[in-house]
Amino acid sequence: MKTLFDKIWDSHVVKQVEGGPSVLYIDRHFIHEVTSPVAFLGLEKRGLKVLRPAQTIATPDHNVPTINQNLSIKDELSRNQVEMLKKNCVNHGIVYHGLGTEGHGVVHIIGPEMGITQPGMTIVCGDSHTSTHGAFGAIAFGIGTSEVEMVFASQCIMQPKPKKMRITINGTLSKGVTAKDIALYIISKISTSGGTGHFIEYAGSAITSLTMEGRMTLCNLSIESGARGGMIAPDDTTINYVKGRQFAPKGADWDKAVAYWKTLKTDEGAVFDTELVFDAADIEPMITYGTNPGMGIGVSKSIPTSQSLTGTDKLTYEKALKYMGYNEGEQMIGKSIDYVFVGSCTNGRIEDFRAFADFVKGKKKADNVTAWIVPGSQAVEKQIRAEGLVEILEAAGFELRQPGCSACLAMNDDKIPEGKYSVSTSNRNFEGRQGPGARTLLASPLTAAAAAVTGKITDPREFL
Amino acid sequence: MLPNSSPLWGGWEGPLNIKKMAYDKFTKLTSPAVPLPIENVDTDQIIPARFLKAVERKGFGDNLFRDWRYDKSNQPIADFPLNQAKYSGKILVGGKNFGSGSSREHAAWAIYDYGFRCVVSSFFADIFQGNALNNGILPVVVSPEFLEKIFAAIEAANNAQFEVDLENQKFTICATGESTGFSINPYKKHCLANGLDDIDYLVSIKEEIKKFEASPNPLH
Repeated sequence: MKTLFDKIWDSHVVKQVEGGPSVLYIDRHFIHEVTSPVAFLGLEKRGLKVLRPAQTIATPDHNVPTINQNLSIKDELSRNQVEMLKKNCVNHGIVYHGLGTEGHGVVHIIGPEMGITQPGMTIVCGDSHTSTHGAFGAIAFGIGTSEVEMVFASQCIMQPKPKKMRITINGTLSKGVTAKDIALYIISKISTSGGTGHFIEYAGSAITSLTMEGRMTLCNLSIESGARGGMIAPDDTTINYVKGRQFAPKGADWDKAVAYWKTLKTDEGAVFDTELVFDAADIEPMITYGTNPGMGIGVSKSIPTSQSLTGTDKLTYEKALKYMGYNEGEQMIGKSIDYVFVGSCTNGRIEDFRAFADFVKGKKKADNVTAWIVPGSQAVEKQIRAEGLVEILEAAGFELRQPGCSACLAMNDDKIPEGKYSVSTSNRNFEGRQGPGARTLLASPLTAAAAAVTGKITDPREFL
Repeated sequence: MLPNSSPLWGGWEGPLNIKKMAYDKFTKLTSPAVPLPIENVDTDQIIPARFLKAVERKGFGDNLFRDWRYDKSNQPIADFPLNQAKYSGKILVGGKNFGSGSSREHAAWAIYDYGFRCVVSSFFADIFQGNALNNGILPVVVSPEFLEKIFAAIEAANNAQFEVDLENQKFTICATGESTGFSINPYKKHCLANGLDDIDYLVSIKEEIKKFEASPNPLH
């Protein structure tokens, strides 16, 4: 009896090093401009070439501007990094999805939308949110640059097998509660280290009823619980999503693939190292109030007190609230905000923009709010335009930008100014994550929309 | 396989020019330690994203803990431990869940470049731990109680010495003689002690990888 994770892991072990890690074969390797240059350099110093360029997919996303992408990138260091990626791809025969091209976008958005991400695969990228691809029933996780170099050189990586955790969420989600809220709820319960050492499988009716995009949002945030990744067994939702995409198997290969994918589920009676069960009915729209994704609460709740904390726990908690400019026991609702960011590999897909546009339709952006609406890819942008969402957004006072990671990590010019509050659909509220001194409140696109039109933290359910 | 996939092997034919890693071998270290009694130190704090724009692996130590170390006018923040002359050494001692968040290996490069060779905590995030080991930094996991003892020892005497013995997997507070064992994967221990990296090993098993690729598999 095996878990889904075991089945995929075991089928990719080339060799087990005695007393050491497994040599794990990698099916797909996504690369971007920030974590690959030193790996290419290392490879060249060794006189090696990328072993399997055709299994390697490249796009610049972390560092790119989200306006005027047709012009040369102004920041010299950013431009250099993007150009270096292109040059390295040419030298090593890797397909490069450059700025402005049809396939460009945030690396974790383009993989699934092109059908490169498929059930049963092992997928890595020098980016911790590679866990996104686990939504398809794949083993997908972020790696460091040394490991990027390993995959370049050998299409393999050395990894100890993680422990297994299953998180089951039964029941039906309430109105206004999204996959993002499920993820922030879980992390608020188990903390940012609760998943460390584990690989998560999500299960239960609240999970299987999610769309593929919702599943990607949930798996994306697995790393924020400390877990290396999260996965969901492939089902008809998965198969229907993959079908017909550019790189999906075709004809007889498709039938063969589907037959295999249908075997990819945890056997009844298979044992997990850790099992957690939550009730969907307990989850409300979530928002964070602190400086890590585990510091989240239902939007209608008050900031917890530190009474039960001692030692470094207490110091750390107080440091976080001080940074945020908040006090223990305060209500979140009604707090003024300055920025709204919709986008990132967490919530930068078409359903996120549909939800946001549907909410703001016929309303107006609050005057005190600056909003950055950043599609996750060219394909998402195209779809936003095709569905007439741009007109809705513009009528409500929102401007659509161009694809990239943008204010999620603020490597480009999209930086939240010091001390300002930003309700963000992204994944991390660490100190300075969105710019030095910036204060981030993580939330779903719906909760972000409610904040954008009211100018303050608002329960989106009031409008639904 | 992607449609434009190439059956060509690109990787094994070139000469292996470099056998030595970019880091020094780790055997035994005796040093004072710098305390950072904060939990959940994420890699965005260790090296903020705006400093990830380099295309070479050098100079990251200057920006280690940049926004905790310097204010917005680039003046050192006096009470941050790295700015306090009384603290020094090659060992960094952090609160639990050290290295959480982003997978950026730049965090490990910055810690190494600054001069640390060992990071001690009661709990490390997975990716950081792997990155540290791949860069000649020994992550030592101790119990929360022992971690408090280390912090207390540093406060009692800022130049208190600690001994990190990789071979015997032992961490000792020299002043009191108290010590604790720590675990490390035997393979990674061997790599660290000999300055080896995984790429040398992976290249050496190329035939096995080729055989695996050729074996029947629903995905290949």
